[in-house]
Amino acid sequence: MSTEAVTTFPVRGGKLRMEHVGVVFERDGKTVSVLEDINLDVSDGEFICLVGPSGCGKSTLLNVMGGFLWPTTGSVTIDREVVRGPDPRRILVFQERGVFPWLTVEGNIGFGLSQLSRMEREERIAHYVQMVRLQGFEQTYPSDLSGGMKQRLQVARALAVNPDILYLDEPFGALDSITRLIMRGELLRIWQSERRTIIFVTHDVDEAVQLADRVVVLSARPAKIQDVLTIDIPHPRNISSTRYLEHRDDLLKRIGLAYTA
Amino acid sequence: MNSLSNPGKWEKFFWPLLGAALLLALWHYSVIWTATQVFPSPLSVEKGLAELLRKHLLWADIGDSLRRVALGFGTAAVIGIPLGLTLGWYPAVNQILNPMFQILRPISPIAWIPIAIILFGIGDHAAVFLIFLGSFFPIVVACVSGVSNVPSIFRRAGRNFGLSPAQVLARVVFPAALPQILIGLRIALGIAWLVVVAAEMIAVDSGLGYLVIDSRNSGKRYDLVVAAMLLIGLIGLALDIGFRRLEKIRSVRWGFGHES
Amino acid sequence: MVRGIGDLLQHGLLLKYVVASLFRVTWGFLLAAAVAIPLGLTIGWYRRAEMAFNPLVQIFRPISPLAWIPIAILWFGVGDLAAIFLIFVGCFFPLMLTAMSAVHNIPAVYVNVGRNFGLSTADFVSRVLYPAVVPQLITGSRITLGIAWLVVVAAEMIAVNSGLGFLIIDARNAGNRYDLVVAGMVIIGTIGLLLDLGMRSLERVKSFRWSYSED
Repeated sequence: MSTEAVTTFPVRGGKLRMEHVGVVFERDGKTVSVLEDINLDVSDGEFICLVGPSGCGKSTLLNVMGGFLWPTTGSVTIDREVVRGPDPRRILVFQERGVFPWLTVEGNIGFGLSQLSRMEREERIAHYVQMVRLQGFEQTYPSDLSGGMKQRLQVARALAVNPDILYLDEPFGALDSITRLIMRGELLRIWQSERRTIIFVTHDVDEAVQLADRVVVLSARPAKIQDVLTIDIPHPRNISSTRYLEHRDDLLKRIGLAYTA
Repeated sequence: MNSLSNPGKWEKFFWPLLGAALLLALWHYSVIWTATQVFPSPLSVEKGLAELLRKHLLWADIGDSLRRVALGFGTAAVIGIPLGLTLGWYPAVNQILNPMFQILRPISPIAWIPIAIILFGIGDHAAVFLIFLGSFFPIVVACVSGVSNVPSIFRRAGRNFGLSPAQVLARVVFPAALPQILIGLRIALGIAWLVVVAAEMIAVDSGLGYLVIDSRNSGKRYDLVVAAMLLIGLIGLALDIGFRRLEKIRSVRWGFGHES
Repeated sequence: MVRGIGDLLQHGLLLKYVVASLFRVTWGFLLAAAVAIPLGLTIGWYRRAEMAFNPLVQIFRPISPLAWIPIAILWFGVGDLAAIFLIFVGCFFPLMLTAMSAVHNIPAVYVNVGRNFGLSTADFVSRVLYPAVVPQLITGSRITLGIAWLVVVAAEMIAVNSGLGFLIIDARNAGNRYDLVVAGMVIIGTIGLLLDLGMRSLERVKSFRWSYSED
């Protein structure tokens, strides 16, 4: 995990804005309020983690941000443009089964690149294969890749189209704990070489404290933003340092509150 | 399941041969013990086959049966696959057409024979029509099912990357549904083979099915009857194996449970 | 067409034919099930038995039941038995293959638990094997019942003198009554659909549902 020290991120806001966003579902004739009055302001290049109890609506929030779901109330704007639907400028990375099994590694990464010339496409693909360290596997099909490799492939596919924002929905949740640790390091490394805005959903507290500039804590359903924690430790973060542990305990406490809220 | 030990390689040949030998012995001896005048023994079937081969009639019949299958099945695929994909993609249309399908589907192609004969008279066209009917429904059903079973994650990813709905259908939904479509095609081919034999017994005068009926009717040549039946079985099996080969192509193999 | 059905109903013929067809299907299907399912379960269980007999099954499977007609007539003459025999043949191979496949699909975990608890063979069959294969057998039976229904219609067109298949052929031959032909087809389709729906509701019976709930 050799990353250069980066100063903490000044919160300026302006990239993605959510104002009074609420989502209400109708199920079996009953209305279920999933999200209530979400207000968030994310800066360009910031790394945000969304944490909260299971089923509280983190994924719903992500889907709204990505344009896959329309909010019942409120609005989401990116670069001051209202979000109307999915867009290759903001790509969603799923927890599992997100890669296309009928395409090779190259095929997957090149999926969104059909507008480019052949040479450009090949260059881009090679660049991202390198970045996620899948060299040698270009012609491999996903069924022959491990879980961690498949997730790296998803990230490469997402980055290849040069999005402004990357949404990650518990991307490491299906992996074993050792792979998870490695993947966190990889993600930080990638994020630092090609800086994008990242919004990362997790229920793992350590993961949030290790990765995020700011951690948004959601309450239980109907989810509201309960807290926003700023992690002001520069990368690389020492997970045994006092400051880290303090943040971690703080977050645990707040989430504990979230469970009983 | 009950693996006392893993069977050795030699056993792959030993057991099938043993099984076949058992069956042949059973057959041979029951013919002798029951002293039947009519039912053929394995040897006479073999001689009958040789005779057919010598008379060069066999290839014509096989060719006719295969040709009809190719036409009927091919047409069913060409019409059925696009239709099935559309129905799967637009559930609303499916709701409308589905009840009609569910009623038509259980009607055996055989029951359509009178209508086929009315429309096409006795001959090739009637047979091809019946084969078409027999193959059509399994293909459409498999396509609809394949499309609806595509995980929504794939569709969302497609839209996320900026693909238009038509592009999503072509570049995401179709490849994702392909394994199931292939299974449907294989099953439809099996049905087509069954139907061609039946159609040839009733509505035409050439082909393997006709050979079965004719051998009995003109001369009680049961040795040829059984010979023809065995041929039908072998060719049907060959078609099935050939199709399963397709399922091994890399870009669809993932759908057949070859996960690491 | 509706008048045609009315005609038939008046003569009590329709009921007679429907019963005849269903009677044959039931007998042929049940006989096939009684023989093919235990046989298939056994062959599926013992790998060497499967290696011996599977190739034979694969050769006989694509032979349309109708191709057995000359043999059926030879052995049973023209009549009910021939039709039942043909249905038996038509159901035998699909049911056997379903049983073999069902045994293969028993999760190894269940088998190991059974062995671990030292169950006797009889116990094992009734308490592990049977419950594990029943869902798949029911689905396979539904599909095979559909096949049986197709075969009975065909068999009746050729080999017997009553039943719905016979109705269709006869209506055309004796007087070109195409209204009856179509009526017959509609009835065939409807009954086939009802049989299918009936079997599907069997699948939904709670005590059989365990294998479907693993989604």
